[in-house]
Amino acid sequence: MSVEIDTSAFTEEAYELLSELEDSLLELEESPGDQELIGRVFRAMHTIKGSGAMFGFDAVAEFTHEVETVFDMARNGTISVTKELINLTLAARDQIRAILDAAGGGSPANEENAQRIIAGLRGLVPGAGGGAAGGAAAAKGKGKKPVVEAGPHSYRIRVKPHADIFANGTNPILLLNELREMGESRIIALTDDLPDIGALDPEQCYLSWEVFLTTEKDENAIQDVFIFVDDECDVNVRLLDREENLSTDAEPKKLGQILVERGDIDQEDLEEALQPLGDRLVDAGVVGKDQIRAALTEQQLVQEKREKKKKAEAATSVRVPSDKLDNLVDLVGELVTVQARLNQTSASVGDHDLQLISEEVERLTAELRDNTMSIRMLAIGTTFNKFKRLVRDLSLELGKKIEMTTEGAETELDKTVIDQLNDPLVHIIRNSIDHGVENPKDRLAAGKPEEGLIHLAAVHSGASVLISVADDGKGLDPQFLKRKAIEKGILPPDVELTDKEAYQLIFGAGFSTAEKITNVSGRGVGMDVVRKSIDALRGQIDVQSELGKGTTITLKLPLTLAIIEGLLVEIAHDFFVLPLAAVEECVELSRDRVANAHGRHVINVRDEIVPYIRIRDRFGIEGESPEIEQIVISEVDDKRVGFVVDRVIGQHQTVIKNLGKNFEHSEEFSGATILGDGTVALILDLQKMVRFVQHEEAEENSGGE
Amino acid sequence: MAKIMTVDDSASVRQMVSLTMKGAGYDVVEAVDGKDALAKLKGDKVDMVVTDLNMPNMDGIELIRQLRALADYKFVPIIMLTTESQATRKQEGKDAGATGWIVKPFKPAQLLGVIKKVLG
Repeated sequence: MSVEIDTSAFTEEAYELLSELEDSLLELEESPGDQELIGRVFRAMHTIKGSGAMFGFDAVAEFTHEVETVFDMARNGTISVTKELINLTLAARDQIRAILDAAGGGSPANEENAQRIIAGLRGLVPGAGGGAAGGAAAAKGKGKKPVVEAGPHSYRIRVKPHADIFANGTNPILLLNELREMGESRIIALTDDLPDIGALDPEQCYLSWEVFLTTEKDENAIQDVFIFVDDECDVNVRLLDREENLSTDAEPKKLGQILVERGDIDQEDLEEALQPLGDRLVDAGVVGKDQIRAALTEQQLVQEKREKKKKAEAATSVRVPSDKLDNLVDLVGELVTVQARLNQTSASVGDHDLQLISEEVERLTAELRDNTMSIRMLAIGTTFNKFKRLVRDLSLELGKKIEMTTEGAETELDKTVIDQLNDPLVHIIRNSIDHGVENPKDRLAAGKPEEGLIHLAAVHSGASVLISVADDGKGLDPQFLKRKAIEKGILPPDVELTDKEAYQLIFGAGFSTAEKITNVSGRGVGMDVVRKSIDALRGQIDVQSELGKGTTITLKLPLTLAIIEGLLVEIAHDFFVLPLAAVEECVELSRDRVANAHGRHVINVRDEIVPYIRIRDRFGIEGESPEIEQIVISEVDDKRVGFVVDRVIGQHQTVIKNLGKNFEHSEEFSGATILGDGTVALILDLQKMVRFVQHEEAEENSGGE
Repeated sequence: MAKIMTVDDSASVRQMVSLTMKGAGYDVVEAVDGKDALAKLKGDKVDMVVTDLNMPNMDGIELIRQLRALADYKFVPIIMLTTESQATRKQEGKDAGATGWIVKPFKPAQLLGVIKKVLG
């Protein structure tokens, strides 16, 4: 922290003190034995020195220190007040004045003069000159223990305050709290000395503590906590986790051994009481219950540390190239498919034994699948860390102050998803920094703290992961977005949009709200890239914004790309899979309901008008549709859209296969899967299909005008 | 917020201590020497005292001694301002009942660190 302090208060006071000093010195010349006067001189110099250093007048402080040191001896009676001392001190006073004048813009003080005065003063000191000044410096380095190697260490700290510790206004709890703040701690209160309530003196301290502290700090830092209570408190610090304590081969220390080592009991006590150890020791009155408790805690702590070490060693021992894992996932995918076939076959054969085997294989396959998937799961934390750097660099570049906080860094996602998530997240965060968070001046004007905030969070939600980027910037203005879109001809002038729909505009290709091109937004990458990548990940984007308060962009992503939960449907004799995450409900579509809609593709579901797409027509599938068709109502881009199919077969866990080069232009499919009987089912990309249809309709409309 | 008294005969040190503490949100009462401090403290209870040692009229050590004799100030943290050359004075202060000390010159952050240490 920094406090701006006006130095004129010091110089003014110093001049005052100097003239006072002069008067006192002259008086002292008259009556050299006057202790009161000596005290006054000393105090004046002491104050000049002390405040001089605090206000940055180091030259004053250094010089005055020499004079003060000598005068302190006069005060103690080590040297007597002589004419020579007074002369030198008066000269010193003039020298201090000269230094102050120089600092205030006067001619520089005569350094030789200063040296002469100091030498003269030192000459008055019996024995070695200048010894007093050296003593203080030597005292600084005393008692420091060698520093142990870096890394968190576990310490046992015994804190035994003397009974009268409260008399100095010391609160031992604060000391314990200070230790607590240094790391992970366990504190055990030793209450054995506590007398009966009748004999208890509330102004005495009867308690002592054993603190088990795991901290990055060294032993000196621990000792420093007790700097003020050196005399009122016995403190014993011991490093617990030396290598021999932690080496995983050695037996953990036994309770008795620990007690002996700590000096609570000696070896004989231990051997005498060696069977039910803790109880016996207490019964025998050798140690208190609390001491046993403390020793047990120590034992536990060392054991836990060792467990951790073991785990850490085990965790680092597997490293596999990711393509091997990808292979494994593919194989598991095949297995899931074959297993589905086995299920179907065994059901149709009706052999009881075969069915039992099939069920067993199904259970194992599911477990194998989940395990394999979990191997590819990675915590998103490393990606988060990369963004911290990005935020730091970019905000610096743009002259903004932004702090980034993260949450849920331990959230796990499929490695491939994480890899493909990097670019879109970079764009979103860039966008937040560039367009979201205002510059410090505007923020202050808007009554916000100067420093903007970007919060990056990841959380599991069912079979999806929600990743949100929230800023506390200026928010999105739906009217402004709409106007821009109309200006650019993306939307017709009379368009009606909800705020949500307006927000989605920022993801349109070639749509930029930046009023001026900055280094950041001029990189030729837009938010449309974000939409494309998230679509490719079968994810969804949600935008929440409040004008003036900030924007939150949430990405909803599947946990894994290799397997999806799908809804299997049939049209004529073709099978299709709709991603189950998007499916909301299934309703029937009878012929008379179609007739009632007068040719428009909408249906009334509980008083809500829902548009639908006939997949049969869309793909030109021949044949007669059944009397009653099914509409699968799904949520696509925040809107409810129905997809008409002949028959809904049911939930189907689908291993996704790529369609291959021949079909890479069929955008309405995101892949294919093989059903149990070997039939191929295409996986529909609902978002693309809806956008396709919308696009076509818009063209038809404009063509018809 | 806690109320702290600063006792110093030097107006500039008082100003610096007082600005630092106010900046950290503490209420501050100022006194120019031990006598002044005692008079002010008898009417107005504070949570902590920061006192210089060398002062006219009544020095810091006497102030600490007298404060510790008052029921209200028996356990209140008292910090003394000392200099490196005053090892014996420091001990005298401790014996009189000072909770801790700060060696002059000090930086504002050091002062706040010590306050946090003894006041919580």
